[in-house]
Amino acid sequence: MPLQRIKPTPPSDDKRWKLIDVTMRRNGYAGHALIETLHSVQDAFGYLDDPAMKFVASALNLPLSKVYGVATFYHLFTLKPKGKHTCVVCTGTACYIKGAGELIDGVSEKYDVPLGETTADRNLSLIGARCVGACGLAPAVVLDGVMLGKLKVDDLLEHIEKVI
Amino acid sequence: MHIDELNELAEQIRTQHQSCQHCVRVCMAASCQSSGADDVLKRLEDAAPEGDQVQVKSVGCMGLCSAGPLVEVRSRGDDQPIMYQHVESQDAEEIMGSLGDSVVQRLECPTSIPFFQRQQKIVLENSGIIDPEDIEDYIAADGYSALVEALTESSPAEVLNEVNLSGLRGRGGGGYPTGLKWSTVAKMPATQKYVICNADEGDPGAFMDRAVLESDPHRILEGMALAAYAVGANRGYIYVRAEYPLAIDRLKKSIRQATRKGLLGANVCDTPFSFDIEVRLGAGAFVCGEETALMQSVEGERGQPRPRPPYPAELGLWGFPTLINNVETYANIAPIVRNGGEWFASIGTERSKGTKVFALAGRIHNTGLIEVPMGVPLREIVEEIGGGVPDGRRFKAVQTGGPSGGCLPAEQMDLPVDYDSLREVGSIMGSGGMIVMDETSSMVDVARYFMEFCMTESCGKCVPCRVGTYQMHELLTKIAAGKGTSADLALLEELCEVVQMTSLCGLGQTAPNPVVSTLQYFRHEYEEKLIRDEFVDMEQQTEEMEAVS
Repeated sequence: MPLQRIKPTPPSDDKRWKLIDVTMRRNGYAGHALIETLHSVQDAFGYLDDPAMKFVASALNLPLSKVYGVATFYHLFTLKPKGKHTCVVCTGTACYIKGAGELIDGVSEKYDVPLGETTADRNLSLIGARCVGACGLAPAVVLDGVMLGKLKVDDLLEHIEKVI
Repeated sequence: MHIDELNELAEQIRTQHQSCQHCVRVCMAASCQSSGADDVLKRLEDAAPEGDQVQVKSVGCMGLCSAGPLVEVRSRGDDQPIMYQHVESQDAEEIMGSLGDSVVQRLECPTSIPFFQRQQKIVLENSGIIDPEDIEDYIAADGYSALVEALTESSPAEVLNEVNLSGLRGRGGGGYPTGLKWSTVAKMPATQKYVICNADEGDPGAFMDRAVLESDPHRILEGMALAAYAVGANRGYIYVRAEYPLAIDRLKKSIRQATRKGLLGANVCDTPFSFDIEVRLGAGAFVCGEETALMQSVEGERGQPRPRPPYPAELGLWGFPTLINNVETYANIAPIVRNGGEWFASIGTERSKGTKVFALAGRIHNTGLIEVPMGVPLREIVEEIGGGVPDGRRFKAVQTGGPSGGCLPAEQMDLPVDYDSLREVGSIMGSGGMIVMDETSSMVDVARYFMEFCMTESCGKCVPCRVGTYQMHELLTKIAAGKGTSADLALLEELCEVVQMTSLCGLGQTAPNPVVSTLQYFRHEYEEKLIRDEFVDMEQQTEEMEAVS
């Protein structure tokens, strides 16, 4: 009798699970594609929650502990949902030298949100990035996916004001 | 495909290119793109006259990121291209109108400045010239000729020999002789071997690999294929940071194009050599730049290093011999095989051959990407190519090698930049980040910044790194806040030594470097911040000692 894999059912009938299944299938449901799979979950849903991790664990036939371990080891994965808007401040060396700290303090103070957190109304997340590789534009900020460079605190606050 | 066919194809594409009178190149690397190069390109395309007189092309990094978006105009018959800086989309019509008879003076970027004149390009030879998303452009620039020629006309041993002759050393930071690494993998009698490209450029303040991947991705594929041929591997992985979406996109596209042309995949050029490349994404862990951690991550595990030996060359990915090199190392391979190892060995210094790409950033006029021969004095890079420190401020230090490197003061400016000289003065070459600081930067803060980086990036596997970096960070924070004592400083120095000597991997072993080098050259800055001994009463001291231990 041929061995047949029983496909676990996704946590919800959200269409986005199809994308994740595509990623897993492309890698033959192999355990070593865990990071790729988690990337596609995060791309689709914005963060990794418990049901998602449990689903990935059973689909790739891995212990949940390992999935959780990998998800928490890497900085890019987040277990918390992000706000409606994200403000990613680069904290690479060049940006640090040119005043990324002041940008963080400025946003933090105005919107009452500490680094790495989201405002109470879930409107804005303030995130620090290791280096976005745009050192020529230091200090750089990625606001909702748009790169802004050579910023002063006031410029940044103005830009944020415009999007939210 | 035979070498003659490839040459013919290259010739064909070149003739096609020559039919156009003016070639307008727009830099579409990440930095220019985020300054609005997209719009500039679109407007230029709209403004271009019908027919094939004018060709508008998106190309990779032109180097001078601080002046972006950059546009270059090359007209047939002119040997000097005209470069425009800070171009905005409304300038498109004016540029198009000026083609052939005049120069838009207000936008002109002088190419006679040392920034452009002092460079020697091998790795970046195609960067800013070819369209990175078009394999034909790469072929027209002699791309893949080294691979096809090697596959059809030389043995793996001959390729290996050229790399050995070149004296190329690993560009990821360690400086291990590339030929030696390849030979070890080639000698292993395994049936399965892997080639990995380390594109996990984690150093904050470094963007060389990003630029190479975005501007000339085929060069990496060709380098990897040559490596695979030389060592006998048939599968390759490119481990790239997820933070570089454009690079990932271009790599994937390039792999598809090369496979379609029969330059990758099964039986390349109708020879028994088969080679497939897969892109693997990192997820933001600096420690994954360490080769054993990187392999763990490729296998889908947490990126924690393991003790070496056994080296990856013996026991690597999934237990098979694995060759791991950095992006820039692979980028040097095709020119070496094409022009011969001796040609490469004639550039650079006695023990460091070839050129090195640096990412100049920080408090400097010309931020961007440069490539210079090894052995160029630091002063020439900072003052002439970089244009010195802006706003009339004074130069204070230059940081090389990222969190594993050190800060060099003005006294060391005449140092030739090569692996060994930098190591002698307490820094490292690293992957090529060069951050210039002026008098506004406090060196204690800089050391604390790097320590914080290492602390958060420590994988937690070995105690010296996990606990040591934390304690050092605490001590540095205390000193920076003006609350440290001379006992704290002594403890900090002791910890530096312990962490250096006892950590498991490169991250921990080099984490104290920024502290050690700033202490060596800027000790007075630490001492100025200390509470003077006579003010520290006994009670407070014991309290603090308890808190630290």
